[in-house]
Amino acid sequence: MTLPRRRFDTLIIGAGGAGLNAALQLAGSGLRVAVVSKVFPTRSHTVAAQGGVNAALANVLPDTWHWHMFDTVKGSDYLGDQDAIEFMCREAIPTVYDLEHMGVPFSRLDSGKIYQRAFGGQSQDFGGPQAARTCAAADRTGHAILHALYQQNIRARTHFFDEYFAIDLLRDDEGAVLGALVLEIESGEPLLIEAKTTLIATGGCGQVFRTTSNARINTGDGMAMALRAGIPLQDMEFFQFHPTGIAGKGKLITEGVRGEGGYLINGEGERFMERYAPNARDLAGRDVVARAIVTEIMEGRGCGINKDYVLLRVDHLGEELIASRLPGIRESARIFAGIDPVLEPIPVFPTAHYSMGGIPTDRFGRVVAPAGEGAEEVVPGLYAAGECACASVHGANRLGGNSLLDILVFGRAAGKDIVEYIKENPHHRPMSEASLDQALSRLLYWAQTEKKPSGKGKAKPAKVTSVRELREEFRKVMEDHAGVFRTHKTLSEGVKLLKSIRKQLAGIHLKDHSKVFNVARIEALELENMIDVGMAIATSALGRKESRGAHSRPDFAARDDRQWMKHSLYFKEKDRLEYKPVRSKPMTVKSFPPMERTY
Amino acid sequence: MKFRVYRYSPESGLKPYMQEFVVETTRGMMLRDALLAIQEQDESFAFRHSCGDGVCGSDSVNVNGLNMLACTTPVAGLRQPVLVRPLPGRPVIRDLVVDMSQFYKQYRSVEPWLKRQDPLPEHEVHQSPEERDKLDGLHECILCGCCSTACPSFWWNPEKFLGPQALLTACRFLEDSRDQAAEERLDALAGPYKLFRCHSIMNCVEVCPKGLNPTKAIGRIKAKMLKGSL
Repeated sequence: MTLPRRRFDTLIIGAGGAGLNAALQLAGSGLRVAVVSKVFPTRSHTVAAQGGVNAALANVLPDTWHWHMFDTVKGSDYLGDQDAIEFMCREAIPTVYDLEHMGVPFSRLDSGKIYQRAFGGQSQDFGGPQAARTCAAADRTGHAILHALYQQNIRARTHFFDEYFAIDLLRDDEGAVLGALVLEIESGEPLLIEAKTTLIATGGCGQVFRTTSNARINTGDGMAMALRAGIPLQDMEFFQFHPTGIAGKGKLITEGVRGEGGYLINGEGERFMERYAPNARDLAGRDVVARAIVTEIMEGRGCGINKDYVLLRVDHLGEELIASRLPGIRESARIFAGIDPVLEPIPVFPTAHYSMGGIPTDRFGRVVAPAGEGAEEVVPGLYAAGECACASVHGANRLGGNSLLDILVFGRAAGKDIVEYIKENPHHRPMSEASLDQALSRLLYWAQTEKKPSGKGKAKPAKVTSVRELREEFRKVMEDHAGVFRTHKTLSEGVKLLKSIRKQLAGIHLKDHSKVFNVARIEALELENMIDVGMAIATSALGRKESRGAHSRPDFAARDDRQWMKHSLYFKEKDRLEYKPVRSKPMTVKSFPPMERTY
Repeated sequence: MKFRVYRYSPESGLKPYMQEFVVETTRGMMLRDALLAIQEQDESFAFRHSCGDGVCGSDSVNVNGLNMLACTTPVAGLRQPVLVRPLPGRPVIRDLVVDMSQFYKQYRSVEPWLKRQDPLPEHEVHQSPEERDKLDGLHECILCGCCSTACPSFWWNPEKFLGPQALLTACRFLEDSRDQAAEERLDALAGPYKLFRCHSIMNCVEVCPKGLNPTKAIGRIKAKMLKGSL
C-alpha cells in the first residue's frame, strides 16, 4: 500500500473554537495550514456552549480584568497557574471585541453595547458583590461564535479536511512532532499529513461518563493521542459535573438560567443553596452547587417519586425574559423534559460536563512535558489549546463562561507562537518511519481482526463481543466509580475494572470491514481513546488524597495545600503519576495566596 | 416499534433497499436513540450524529417523507413502520449519510461574513437592541440542510438556485446593522436563478427544526431589491 502524503506548515486537529481561532490567526501569515476535523466544522461541540464568554467589559456593572483574575484563581481552588490566568483575563477584553467585529450577534444593552449577564463565581472588588461578566448571544453563544469563526475562515480560505479522523501523532527520536496520520472517513483511506507544527484542538472527553452534556464526538481523541505519544495528561482528576443537566438525560441547562434569576429547590420546596453558599447561593462555583444537589438527594430531599433530582425554577422570570434571553433552554426543556419552563420547574441533576485537565501547555499553547528525570521542556512542534489542553487556567474547577474564553485566547496564542516557531524552524524534519508504522498499526489492528475467525482455531469468545457493548460498560464504570464523590474504595475498584475493560477491548473485533464511511471502525478507535482517557482520570483521582474543587473525596474531605498544591501528571506507560508545582506567580500583579474558598 | 431504514453501501454491489428493524422503545425515546439501537443490531448501519441536542445539525434525515433532526424527534407519534431515508436530492455516500458539498458550496457563495469599510473601533461596534432583534430568526441556522433538501427548486437547480439555507444566511448579513455591503450582496443575488427560483412552496418553513422561516427571509431580500431598484 502506498500511503498518500501531504505537506503543510501547520496541522490543526479539531475545528472548534480553539482550532478555528488559531487557523484565523495563521491565515494572514502566509503559512500553509491544514485543519482536520472528524466532523464538519460547525458541528464541533463549541456550537453547544450556551451561556456566554467572560470578559471584564464593565458594560453592566463595574469590572476589571484583575477581579476576573481573582475569581478565576479562587474558582480554581488555587490550583490554576496564575501567569496563564492573568494572561487570559487580560486578553479576554480584546478577544470579545474581536468576536464582535467578526460578526458574532451578541445580545445588546440599550446603550448598544454587548449584553453581559451574571454567572457563578463572579464578583466585584475581589470577592465583593456579584459581577456581570458573561457576554452572551441569548443562550446560544457557542453557536454564534463557532459559526462566525467558521465564516471568517471561509473568508480567509483556510484549507479544511472535513470528516477526517486523526489516528496518531508522529514523533521522531528527538521527540519532535512531525504531523499526524489521519483517516478520511468517507473513503476509509489513510493519509499522512506532515507538518512543522501540530496543534491539538480536539476538545473534551465527556463521553467517558454515561450521563453527560457532551456530544458523541467528545471522546478525548487528542488527549489519548498525546498519551500514546508519551506525553502526560495533567490534572485529569478534575472533571466538572455541571449542576443542571436535565434529569435522566444529561442535556445541559445553562448556568445563565440561574444568572438570570432562576434558582434550585429540593423536595421540600426549600431553596437549599442558601445553606451551602449563604452569599452567592445558586451562583456559587459549579463544584459547590453540584455537590449540594447530590447531597440533598443522598439525604432524602430529592424531588419526584424516586427523589432522585431537584428542580430549577424559572417560571417567576416571566415569559418575555425567557423568550428573549433563554429561548434555547425553553426549547430543550420542552423537547427533552416535556415541560415548558415558563409554567413548570425543570427537573435537574449534575451531568458530566468539562475536563479541567488535559495536555499540559504553557500560556503560549506550547505543550510541555518532563524530559526524562529532568524539568519540563517544550515538546518541539507540538501545541494544544482548548478543552483538550491544560494551561492551566481552570485548576480544580472551571468557572462558567471561562471555557469559551479559554479556547479563543489560547487558540490565538498558539497561532501566534506557531508563526514564530516556523520562522526559527523553517524546514520539515525527516519523517520517522518507525513512528508512522506504529500509527498505521493502530489502523491495521482493527482491520486484521477480520482474519481471526477465518484462521486456524477460533479466538476465545470474549465476555463482551461488541465495541458498543463495551463502550456502555466502560461509561458506567466511570460514572459509578469516578463521579461527583469518589473514595479510595470506588476508585481502586474502578481502576481494576478499567484494566479489565482495556483487556477486553483487545479481544473484540469488528464485523464490518467496509471502507466507505465505516462508523463502526471510527467508534472502535474512539473507544480506545476513551479508555486511555478514563484510565488517566481514575488513576489521577485515586492518587490525589485531598478534596479540591471538583475532586471530592469524602475519605479526604479537606483541601491540603501543604501536600497537594501541585499538578498531577499521568503517563500511559505503566499508568504512572508524577507531580509538578503550581505556578502561583502571575505575570505582573501580586500572587493571590490560597484562602478558604467560600461563596 | 417497526422501522424501515434505507440501506446502501457502494462496496456491497447491492442496489439500495429498505431494511426492517424492530426496536424496543423507551419513554422519551428520540429517533436518534432508535437509530443507535438499530446500529447495535447491525454495526454496519451508518448515519451522522453528534450533540443529540439539536444544535450541531448532523443528524438530519427524512422520516416518513419529511426532513427532520433525529435527535429532537420523539419516536412516539411517528407512523409505523417508520420510514427513514437520507435527505432527498443529495448523492448518498452510505445508508443515511449524504454528500452535502453542494449545499455547503451555496452557503459559502453568499460570502457569509461581516463586511465593513469603516475602520473598526477599539471596542464593540454599537448596535441597538432593536437592530439586533432583526437578526433573530436568521442567525440561529444550524446548517442541517433540512430546508434546502426539501426544496423542489433546489432539487431541480442545485447549481444555480442558492436554496433556502444560503438565502436565509444572505438575509442574516443584509439585516445586520454592522454590515456595509448591502448593495454588493443584493447585486450578487440578481438574475433569474440564485434568488428568484424560489416559488414560495414553503417546504423549508415546514421542515426547519429550529422554527426558522427562510421563505420570509427570501421575501425580505426581494423587498430590499425592489427598494433598491426604485
